[in-house]
Amino acid sequence: MTALKLENVNKSFGPVHVLKDISLTVEKGEFVVFVGPSGCGKSTLLRVIAGLEDASSGTITIGDDVVNAVPPAKRGIAMVFQSYALYPHLSVKDNMSLGLKQEGQPKSVIAERVSKASKMLELEQYLPRRPAELSGGQRQRVAIGRAIVREPKLFLFDEPLSNLDAALRMNTRVEIAALHRTLSASMIYVTHDQIEAMTLADKIVVLRDGRVEQVGSPMDLYNNPANRFVAGFLGSPSMNFLERSVPGLAAGQTLGIRPEHLALRADGQISGEVTHVERLGGDTNLLVSTDQGEILTVRLFGQNDTDVGAHIQLGFDPEMAFRFDQSDNRILPLAA
Amino acid sequence: MNMTRRTSGTTIAAHAVLIGYTLIALFPVFVILINSFKTRKAIFREPLALPDADSFSMIGYETVMKQGDFFLYFQNSMIVTIVSLTLILLFGAMAAYALAEYRFKGNTLMGLYLALGIMIPIRIGTVAILEMMVSSGLVNTLTALILVYTAQGLPLAVFILSTFMKGVSDDLKNAGRIDGLSEYKIFFRLVLPLVRPAMATVAVFNMIPIWNDLWFPLILAPAEEVKTLTLGSQVFIGQFVTDWNAVLSALSMAILPVMILYVIFSRQLIRGITSGAVK
Ligand SMILES: Nc1ncnc2c1ncn2[C@@H]1O[C@H](COP(=O)(O)OP(=O)(O)OP(=O)(O)O)[C@@H](O)[C@H]1O
Ligand SMILES: [Mg+2]
Repeated sequence: MTALKLENVNKSFGPVHVLKDISLTVEKGEFVVFVGPSGCGKSTLLRVIAGLEDASSGTITIGDDVVNAVPPAKRGIAMVFQSYALYPHLSVKDNMSLGLKQEGQPKSVIAERVSKASKMLELEQYLPRRPAELSGGQRQRVAIGRAIVREPKLFLFDEPLSNLDAALRMNTRVEIAALHRTLSASMIYVTHDQIEAMTLADKIVVLRDGRVEQVGSPMDLYNNPANRFVAGFLGSPSMNFLERSVPGLAAGQTLGIRPEHLALRADGQISGEVTHVERLGGDTNLLVSTDQGEILTVRLFGQNDTDVGAHIQLGFDPEMAFRFDQSDNRILPLAA
Repeated sequence: MNMTRRTSGTTIAAHAVLIGYTLIALFPVFVILINSFKTRKAIFREPLALPDADSFSMIGYETVMKQGDFFLYFQNSMIVTIVSLTLILLFGAMAAYALAEYRFKGNTLMGLYLALGIMIPIRIGTVAILEMMVSSGLVNTLTALILVYTAQGLPLAVFILSTFMKGVSDDLKNAGRIDGLSEYKIFFRLVLPLVRPAMATVAVFNMIPIWNDLWFPLILAPAEEVKTLTLGSQVFIGQFVTDWNAVLSALSMAILPVMILYVIFSRQLIRGITSGAVK
């Protein structure tokens, strides 16, 4: 059963063509993450799904219904905004119950759902407060609570964690994952943080310039990127792209190697000089300038005593490297 | 340390300037008030002296009260001011919201057209307005004044309010849409409370010129039963003799209602409830 189906969705703002022929499906209970660089149209796509913007063409199906002409409140969705967007003059309780009141739900149902959601999000003691009297993390939870009480068919999150500090972000990320498991609801989550994407998603949709670049599970995209953009976007530190430092590459081809797949080896094919060392305790990252003048990152597991200025040889497993042609598409190995 | 001393120095300077300005601004009001409680002779003998046992007199207020129609004038002024302000704020805010929120053909053009009135004084059209009022039978009614003042106040109201409404977070309005609020509810329940300070500014800007206006009451509604306070007070100013006691007393009483309205609006200016809405 599909929760959402987009077919050839386009969106233009006047002459600006923002979404280009987007087709994708979200299965019931699936956690789908949209990632992509800033300005690629993630928020716009989410707003089109929510009905806050009309699609210029294409069909949007939520559950079994085509919803192109259905107003946001009747689409069976709930949205959590990056800026929280809580109603400033209403208490936490009223913030959560407003949508249900508008639907005309009986008071008992409203009270029950609000108390259930506030228990789940540990917001009970804050119910009478106004948003101004809450911390950032609490506001974010209220915004999530406001979405939960509506019991939507589809949750939409637009970068819900980007206003939180690192520790809180980690906690809330875990909470959202737990929420997904508890509610087993379909969720679409927009982020440009690839760690959030990798850790939360059942399925990642990589967008660039209003186009879908690749769709797949996190490990799929990590192990089998379709092109140089996807390869470079996922993984941290990001993939190294070499044109000159490795012998045996045809002109115009690029070799992509992830920093964790490079190793210090005396017989390695790449030689260069260490220009910077980051010691993280668990990992050590080296920045290396190759003899051919290309910069690459090496991620060594554990601690390593290589110093800046050292001359090193790097080797890699050719199976773990990707080749890309002139137009940045992946060249698949002939014999696989 | 040095830093604190310097800031307290600038604070004192700023306060000195503000207090100086306040004194200058309030001085005429003060002179009107004290002289309204003095005998005619005392007013001219020592205009700046406070009323004492000798010079104290309520004669001005008595004259004004005896004039009988004073309360009617007062009531007329109140009706005209309050109804005009309400209409300016209501229609101004609605037009501003439409301009700020919705993308439609001719949006910019419409905005410019509505703002045009800021640059063209409405009094230029007095003759045409009078003709219009005569042919529609509105001469000597309060409606005539209300319509003119509403038209006069709208351009600036639309201009100021649309700027503020563009600043209201889109996410908040969208959250309302997803929660099923109608566009009217979003406007009245989410947007208006957030632009309350701007509404108060517009109200204060419009209130005083309307209350004080002599021009349109004189031309459009000079009849006894629709006279405004400003126009009504003119009976005490004669070509040859002016009843200064009465004029000063009438003016003193005319200050009160505007002051009350001002206090109400300026409270709104200060109260900020936006914090915590977004971010
Ligand atoms: N109302 C609008 N009118 C014109 N162009 C718009 C409008 N809204 C968005 N755009 C354009 O559409 C493109 C996509 O915007 P969008 O907000 O979807 O990006 P995003 O992927 O969410 O970026 P970010 O990660 O920074 O939030 C941008 O280039 C933006 O300038
Ligand atoms: Mg965005």
